[in-house]
Amino acid sequence: MNRDKFRRWLNGEADIMGDILDGRTGHDLPRQDQRRLQREAEEVAIVHMGRVIHSERRLFSAWYRVAAVLCCLTLMAVFLYMVAHITRYGAENPRVAEVAERYVERGLEETGATNIVAGMILDYRAFDTLGESHVLFTALVCVMILLRRDRKNMRTAYEDYYRIQDEDYFPTNQDPIARRVGGILVPCILLFGVYILLNGQISPGGGFSGGAVLGAGLVIFASTRGDGAVDRFLTKRVFQWAAFCALSFYSFAKGYVFFTGANGLENHIPKGVPGAILSGGLILPLDIAVGLVVACTMFGFYSLFRRGTIGGGDEGKEA
Amino acid sequence: MDFIRNFPLFTIILSLFSSVLCMLLDGRWAKRYTVCYECLLIALSGAVLWYVSATGEPFTYVMGEFPAPWGNEIRAGVLEALLAVVFLTVLLCSVLGGWRFLLIDVEHSKINLYFTLINLLTAALMALIWTNDIFTGYVFLEILTLSSCGILIVREIGRTTLAAVRYMVLNLLGSGLFLLGVILLYSLTGHLLMVPMRAAILEIVAAEGGVTTITFSLAVLTIGLGIKSGLFPFHFWMPDTYGTATPTSAAILSALASKAYILLLFKIYWRVVGIEVFQQLPIHYLLFGLGILGMIFGSVSAIRENNIHRMVAFSSAAQTGYIYMGLGMGSPLGYVAALFQLIAHAVTKSLLFLTTPRLARVSGDSLLFQNLQGSGFRDRSAGIFFTLCALSMVGIPVFAGFSAKLFFAVAAVESGELGVLFPTMLALAVSAVLNALYFIRTVIRIYTAGRGGSEISAPRIYAEEHNDADSAEPLPELETRSERRSYWVSALILTGMNLFLGLFSWVAVDFIRRGLDMFA
Repeated sequence: MNRDKFRRWLNGEADIMGDILDGRTGHDLPRQDQRRLQREAEEVAIVHMGRVIHSERRLFSAWYRVAAVLCCLTLMAVFLYMVAHITRYGAENPRVAEVAERYVERGLEETGATNIVAGMILDYRAFDTLGESHVLFTALVCVMILLRRDRKNMRTAYEDYYRIQDEDYFPTNQDPIARRVGGILVPCILLFGVYILLNGQISPGGGFSGGAVLGAGLVIFASTRGDGAVDRFLTKRVFQWAAFCALSFYSFAKGYVFFTGANGLENHIPKGVPGAILSGGLILPLDIAVGLVVACTMFGFYSLFRRGTIGGGDEGKEA
Repeated sequence: MDFIRNFPLFTIILSLFSSVLCMLLDGRWAKRYTVCYECLLIALSGAVLWYVSATGEPFTYVMGEFPAPWGNEIRAGVLEALLAVVFLTVLLCSVLGGWRFLLIDVEHSKINLYFTLINLLTAALMALIWTNDIFTGYVFLEILTLSSCGILIVREIGRTTLAAVRYMVLNLLGSGLFLLGVILLYSLTGHLLMVPMRAAILEIVAAEGGVTTITFSLAVLTIGLGIKSGLFPFHFWMPDTYGTATPTSAAILSALASKAYILLLFKIYWRVVGIEVFQQLPIHYLLFGLGILGMIFGSVSAIRENNIHRMVAFSSAAQTGYIYMGLGMGSPLGYVAALFQLIAHAVTKSLLFLTTPRLARVSGDSLLFQNLQGSGFRDRSAGIFFTLCALSMVGIPVFAGFSAKLFFAVAAVESGELGVLFPTMLALAVSAVLNALYFIRTVIRIYTAGRGGSEISAPRIYAEEHNDADSAEPLPELETRSERRSYWVSALILTGMNLFLGLFSWVAVDFIRRGLDMFA
């Protein structure tokens, strides 16, 4: 049969990729039904609403285009004007340099971190970074609300049927090449992530970038070994507790530093020898906390978008 | 240093911690915990309010070991503490009053996530109130934006999702413009903390050609926050957003989230630019004009609405217009009036959003006016509270709305400029008539005997519309006593605050004035 297909493809009669791209034959009837229904509904809507929408849209789109062009031109003019009046990059401007100078000159001594950027975001301006890591957490919670399967967004068995279809559509975890390459890559990626995470205070890197690498490693692991492999160690409980521990540790550790700093107390956190792994005071533990949050967020997004759950435990199934 | 000075920090850290904790709790426990700790936060902010009004001067609090231009700091004065207390009380009342609908609208396994977002939103509100650093403002503004989208989308029905997507796109546009404004100001001044920034801006303004750069950066910032808070041409996201959210979310979004953006803008005008410089810039004419247009057009749209929730949402657009008009007046009393209006509106509008769904509940879950007829008799408490809020919105004496309008009028007279006086008076008169038109119409509608009691239900209305008599009547859903009690408690607190603001408005005004004196 395949040879026959191949010949037809050679003769230009059939598309050999057609079956793959259009979906499996034989399971397609309900989907065609669905499409037909949708098309019919759209036709009805067009017939009834068409005239109204058309007249409104014509007026609106003419207006809209003019307004959009005007807005863009105004904004462009404003920003060009501003660029012309801002101090040039690298040029001397005593006013602008005042804050940065202290970061560069005394950063090492005051924060104990060789990596001045880490010292800046996790020590000088730690409050902003505290907020920033919670921005990620907020985004994760929003995605969980929207995509985690429950009775409301998984209403019918019909939808469930298609979800299963799509999930097994092209199972990467059964592909021998992907499995082997994943097996080689994942340990390296995870190790590299840990390295970036732990060296944040010494070299470029830190929590955000290290966490992103870790998260990417987990995503590759899940897609080459199957979701079940990750579920075995990253259950919903583990996931929640990891986020909880990381963020609450961050809040309280920084809260303690803010408290002691503002009240003029000694904070008992050793700065360590600059350049060693254990240096930079709280920067290393904070980097680990941030890294955990970022990795959780990245893997959480992947898992929620792909399966609508983190770590298996199905909320929607019993419904 | 007095221990009370640590309280602003505690409110932020506690809220952040509570948000993460609520993720681990079960839904009902998350609610109980949230109520308890919001009470604690109110107590903490109340202590700060007492402390700063007793000592008579604001205090700054260094976040960490590094002082002003290098590290972050927060700052508390009478105004900040007052707003913190009011915002937290309104938030607590919204959570209590909308609890019944939360159980209906939100999937039960996600109620704890809802409270996670509520606590993140609280943290963002607290940080925006206390912060003395423009970039901290930006970071927590992001948290506020995202958590607002989250509490909107939690209802998981098509219309809400659509509204949330639109709300998110517009809000992110606003955030982007705000960030651009911050970047521009930073590259001009080299600072992110508000006080050193102001010194640098004074220098720039004194130098030749400096005013235009400041004006442009401030304009970008203002438009960004204007989009987020629903300033006139950008108010069209309001009806869908507030109209389709679950009542608690609608109350929080309209009463607190959009107000927090205005507060941040206000803080930038006072603390970053300095009010003397700001009054020389043409931006405040723009705010004045757009505010007045918003008052008129918001009300006109509200009159045309046939859906009570969307009508209330459009009235939010009109009330936001009042605040911007006050900011644009350019006189000290104008700012006082604007802040008073901010508080009065937060108190009134939250109760309105908590009450209208109850009227709809006894009208077959329909928000359309024709079905709401007589609903004031079917749910008496909701009818009374709605009427009280409507009277306040229209501006009947004894209520907060009246005092706010009075202060705007006084501010216009005191400003001594005919260009401010006439438009303000005209706008106030027109807007009061328009407000009366749609709110009194609604009150009359809900107290007109008509289709009564058990006759009305969603399936019945559906059946009538589709000529389908077979639709089954669902079982009536009984409200438990504790749910009813929590609504009563929140409604009474909010009405009490409303009456207090109306009857003893000078107390609030006195606080606001003292707050403004130590705000800059």
